Amino acid sequence: MAIYPASTPHSERHTLSVLVENRPGVLARIAGLFARRAFNINSLSVSPTERPDISRVTVTADVEQVPLEQIIKQLNKLLHVLKIVDLDNTDAVQRELVLIKVAANETNRSDVLEIVRLFRVRVVDVHPESLTIEATGDEGKIDALLGLLDDYGVIELVRSGAVAVTRGPHALSEKVVGSEITGR
Amino acid sequence: MVSPTPLQAFSAVPKAPKSNKQTLIDGEKMTGAQALIRTLEDLGVQDVFGIPGGAILPVYHQIHDDTKFRFVLMRHEQAAGHAAEGYAVATGRVGVCIVTSGPGATNMVTPIADANMDSVPLVVISGQVGVDAIGTDAFQEADTVGITYPVVKHSYLVTDAQDIPRVLAEAHYIARTGRPGPVVVDVSKTAQVGDMYYTWPQKLLLPGYNPTTKPHGHVLHEAAKLFEQSYRPVLYVGGGAARSNAGAQVKELADLTDSPIVTTLPARGIVPDSDPKVLGMLGMHGTLAATAATQKCDLLVAIGARFDDRVTGKMEAFAPAARVVHIDIDPAEIGKRRQPDVPIVGDVAEVLDALNAEIKRDQAIQGKPNLAAWWKLINSWREKYPMEYDEKTPDGSLSPQWVVEELSRQAAPSTIWVSGVGQHQMWASQLIDFENPHSWISSGGLGTMGFGLPAAIGARVGSARDFGGKKPVWLIDGDGSFQMTSEELAAAFIDNAPVKIAILNNSVYGMVRQWQTLFYDRHYSQTSIQDGENTEDIVNVPDFVKLAEAYSCVGIRATTQEEAKAAIKRANEINDRPVLIDFRVYKDAMVWPMVSAGQSNDTVTYKPGVQPLLHHDSTDRVADSDRDDSDNGSEAKASDTAAGTETSEK
Repeated sequence: MAIYPASTPHSERHTLSVLVENRPGVLARIAGLFARRAFNINSLSVSPTERPDISRVTVTADVEQVPLEQIIKQLNKLLHVLKIVDLDNTDAVQRELVLIKVAANETNRSDVLEIVRLFRVRVVDVHPESLTIEATGDEGKIDALLGLLDDYGVIELVRSGAVAVTRGPHALSEKVVGSEITGR
Repeated sequence: MVSPTPLQAFSAVPKAPKSNKQTLIDGEKMTGAQALIRTLEDLGVQDVFGIPGGAILPVYHQIHDDTKFRFVLMRHEQAAGHAAEGYAVATGRVGVCIVTSGPGATNMVTPIADANMDSVPLVVISGQVGVDAIGTDAFQEADTVGITYPVVKHSYLVTDAQDIPRVLAEAHYIARTGRPGPVVVDVSKTAQVGDMYYTWPQKLLLPGYNPTTKPHGHVLHEAAKLFEQSYRPVLYVGGGAARSNAGAQVKELADLTDSPIVTTLPARGIVPDSDPKVLGMLGMHGTLAATAATQKCDLLVAIGARFDDRVTGKMEAFAPAARVVHIDIDPAEIGKRRQPDVPIVGDVAEVLDALNAEIKRDQAIQGKPNLAAWWKLINSWREKYPMEYDEKTPDGSLSPQWVVEELSRQAAPSTIWVSGVGQHQMWASQLIDFENPHSWISSGGLGTMGFGLPAAIGARVGSARDFGGKKPVWLIDGDGSFQMTSEELAAAFIDNAPVKIAILNNSVYGMVRQWQTLFYDRHYSQTSIQDGENTEDIVNVPDFVKLAEAYSCVGIRATTQEEAKAAIKRANEINDRPVLIDFRVYKDAMVWPMVSAGQSNDTVTYKPGVQPLLHHDSTDRVADSDRDDSDNGSEAKASDTAAGTETSEK
């Protein structure tokens, strides 16, 4: 039952929200763990949270159930990790920010702008030979948008990686005991 | 509006400047270096190993004659780490070492990784350049915390003197609790020379660290029920049981349920070998009875063990018919290599206390299953395939296995045995008669050659501390393994750690040579090290007897059984300095039984040409028919499964 490599092409998508202590070196520990346990991830984003003593890491990965459990256990062994939640798409909102530079000149600019309108995304930069589009949305929307823009020629693309939050009035950090960061 | 707080995740050194509002006037004013020594004293640390150097000098400057711990000066940082490991295993306390930055710290990486693999509690304090110099490729700068991320339980970079007592208290606590392991504390020179106010005790701030020690009730109940339903149980006991000091509990469980005990390498001696339930070590070089019992069992109770590949062989074919109860304090071990039927997270000793109580309650109502057929089968393996070897060798040199047995025969029962890594380690594990827990110290998971001598020194320091030196320490080492850290003879002599050293000198890297013989067409590529050839036209380098004498130790050579017996007797009588015996042994002696790497344990070779588990031989048939008489039909089906006709019941 050797289960590595943990990620296979057709595994289900999971979004992990990892609450960590707001401390130096936390990212290196988490990123290093993924690498040495042969765990492939799709995106990773790190940010401050509503609490000064906690940071939040959001990881998405295509992974089977068994290696997912193992990687959650391994993450839990890191002392700076306070809480891990596997966010289900049905009761969480997930968003990603994308900036897309499309090769659009006077001949096809209006076609591209039509797509922009259709997807309710925004143009943030115009040049005679390019259009830069800012889009936010869940993964499905972003992928559909990219699929349509691909035909015009995507010059440059950057994605922020997904962030996610649960629906309803509760915070993941509610019952988490943090550290007294002052005096450290 | 959420006020922005500095995100520290990307930083190496804390970003926010310390608020100067905090005026800590409580406590005694001192430097960080003084605080470091004082903290170790207040933690009750009694022995420390290490080597000084530039970036840790302020700390060494504070070690005085009246410092409460003994400092043992080693000759290489790696040895300091292994010595701390040996000390930790022998005493059950945290091993502490203090080394310098850069090369001092990188030399520590091997013992840190070794301790991480074998769950040895270690606190490694390393010096680091000043905060302003970090990241500038300063002299003797290395990113110690970064280098050690993958092989530590936890690590700290200390940049502020005020943090030193709390960080050390946390490190000590983390190292010894939960699943023990190494903790690195990298102390910048800025913190060492800075002023602080010392108070004790310190409040630990570890919100993300809550090891589970107490088991859940319902899994205990399920585990007890499995015992009730199983006719071929095996207790597979690993190093976790040794770390948890659970020998008595393991024995009680075995006695309650009539289960045989098989152990991994680090758990040898956890229940005395004289106990008839102990079958010895299992796996690649385990006893045939232990490996066979595990393959044929219907209930495998893994106790503080992690299904290492050297134990399981081919994972898919390991104990194929068994239901598995897995007891471990580390939740990540559960289901890592094999999905258990009943997972129990908790401290082994606590879990077994609770489980034994549960089983007693169960047995009071249900009685217990009759395991006579199982023991008949096990005993037939034991009788037919005992640990045996040729005492006579083709070239008239000593048989290494005989030397190990003779050492075991002559040694005091309280002896602490230490080994390096290689053939000698396997023979020591197989042939020494272990009667006490914590009396076997060896490098298991990482397999670090050169582990032996420094670990033996650490164990001897531990013996002096806890047992007034009454427990002698015997190191069984190979000529190859020994040469990786032989410089520590100096530390052993000067720092008064009179260890007894038996070198099984076959003049080759024996285990590698064995693999070359078996799997690489006898092409002995780079395995001859010419330090124990028994022909006169070859100069042996080094001459181990002269080497020992150069370090003021006693050196003895033994080439015959008479010489060997006399040498061992003499070594046992010398207690004021280290003794080294150079046993000239046969270079083509092999470790048997053996399971080839990556193969199923069913292919275990007892000795060349004999693979008892591959064919359904007569012993098994007799035992199976016995069981058919005594048990119901479903049990007969399970025994077919055990014999390999089906792959899995689950």
